[in-house]
Amino acid sequence: MGWYNKRLAKSLWVFHISGSPCNNCDIEILDLITPKYDVERLGIKLVGSIRHADVLLVTGVFNEKVAPKIKKIYEQAPKPIFVVAIGSCPSSGTVFKNSYNIVENRESVIPIDMYIPGCPPKPEAMIEGVAKLMEKLNG
Amino acid sequence: MKLEHLFFIFIFPGILFTSILGLIIGWVDRKVSARFTFRVGPPFLQNFNDFFKLLGKEATLIKNSIHSLFIAAPFVAFGTLSLLATMIGVTLFYGIGFGGDIFVIMYLMMIYSVMIVLGGASTGNIYSSIGAGREVKLLIGDELVFVLVCLVPIIKSGYQLNLESIINFQASNGAFIGSASGILAFLLGIICIQAKMTMQPFDIPEAETEIVEGPLMEYSGPPLAFWKLNHFMMYVIFPFFLILIFLGGFNLTGLGILWFILKYVGIVVVMIIIKNTNPRIRTDTALNFFWKYASPIGLLAIILAILGV
Repeated sequence: MGWYNKRLAKSLWVFHISGSPCNNCDIEILDLITPKYDVERLGIKLVGSIRHADVLLVTGVFNEKVAPKIKKIYEQAPKPIFVVAIGSCPSSGTVFKNSYNIVENRESVIPIDMYIPGCPPKPEAMIEGVAKLMEKLNG
Repeated sequence: MKLEHLFFIFIFPGILFTSILGLIIGWVDRKVSARFTFRVGPPFLQNFNDFFKLLGKEATLIKNSIHSLFIAAPFVAFGTLSLLATMIGVTLFYGIGFGGDIFVIMYLMMIYSVMIVLGGASTGNIYSSIGAGREVKLLIGDELVFVLVCLVPIIKSGYQLNLESIINFQASNGAFIGSASGILAFLLGIICIQAKMTMQPFDIPEAETEIVEGPLMEYSGPPLAFWKLNHFMMYVIFPFFLILIFLGGFNLTGLGILWFILKYVGIVVVMIIIKNTNPRIRTDTALNFFWKYASPIGLLAIILAILGV
């Protein structure tokens, strides 16, 4: 499957889910497709439908209300699919850590392949994360 | 059926040539669009990577959809476009008529739109249904103008319907673009192509920011790969068709090759420029445009053609 993984690494289509974020990470993600960072040169495209996606970008702490919906979206995605958690919220919970409505174990909702911490992470950090994903796919 | 015919269908003007050239021109489109917004744009083999990646993904089916229609639509559309590419290509490159006439081409081009409608409507998804409905409305809009555009070369070539006779007439009497009616019809033809390929400003059925690619929304894996490939094949078929009926075809010897590249790339670049400088228009505006403004101009072109101008 080495040949196929190389093709996959060069054309990662990204779908973006907001799992109850504060919206900062979502704005930073949109920075990636602006002229300054332009991730289309790496073959990355932001798609609107989950059926077209290869990578799910998840932002925010998952609260009880959105967790089932995130799970449903993950199940609708065509496999193979990679889940990248953007921001400090999915990795540590930040200031919402001990809230009453937070799912404590976020990996029980969907399997997360990669965390990119930062509040919000810089676009450079996100591009580095993508580059590491590509490196892993290229073997 | 001779071996030669299989070669026509599968390799040279047919499937392989059209796919590869279409994917390359699709890259040109993405690159030029990126440069319009001061971005870098994708690498050269991007569309090939996308295609092969999609072939290896899982194809999801929806429980409540009509599965046979859902799967058949992209492949029937692919078959239709391959047939179109072969017919137009054989006439352009070899000067051989295929037995049918210009109406066959017009019907086959319509079948492609019908397949988008059927594939989109079979899923039951609300956005796909909206997209399918918009595709029908756009088809109602552009089809009349397209028929008027196709009538101009028929009239000017002395009421000949064969593509072969049209191209031979142009070879002896000069290309139709050299006349007033030819120029009018050619410009309308480019706008019609824009609508038939659902490029901006007529990307009403596939509005990505509004109804998330419309009819293609529920497709994934190989069927989606073929929808994307179909779209790129149209980058070859429609400009070739315009070259055939208005620009007098190719002469692939010596400087003729340069003319071939100039004609083809010229049409594609005009399409890309229109795409990048116009926002998406509303459905009613598109219908208004085609019926109130484009159709009378088409009629004017036909009258001019009958008068021999």
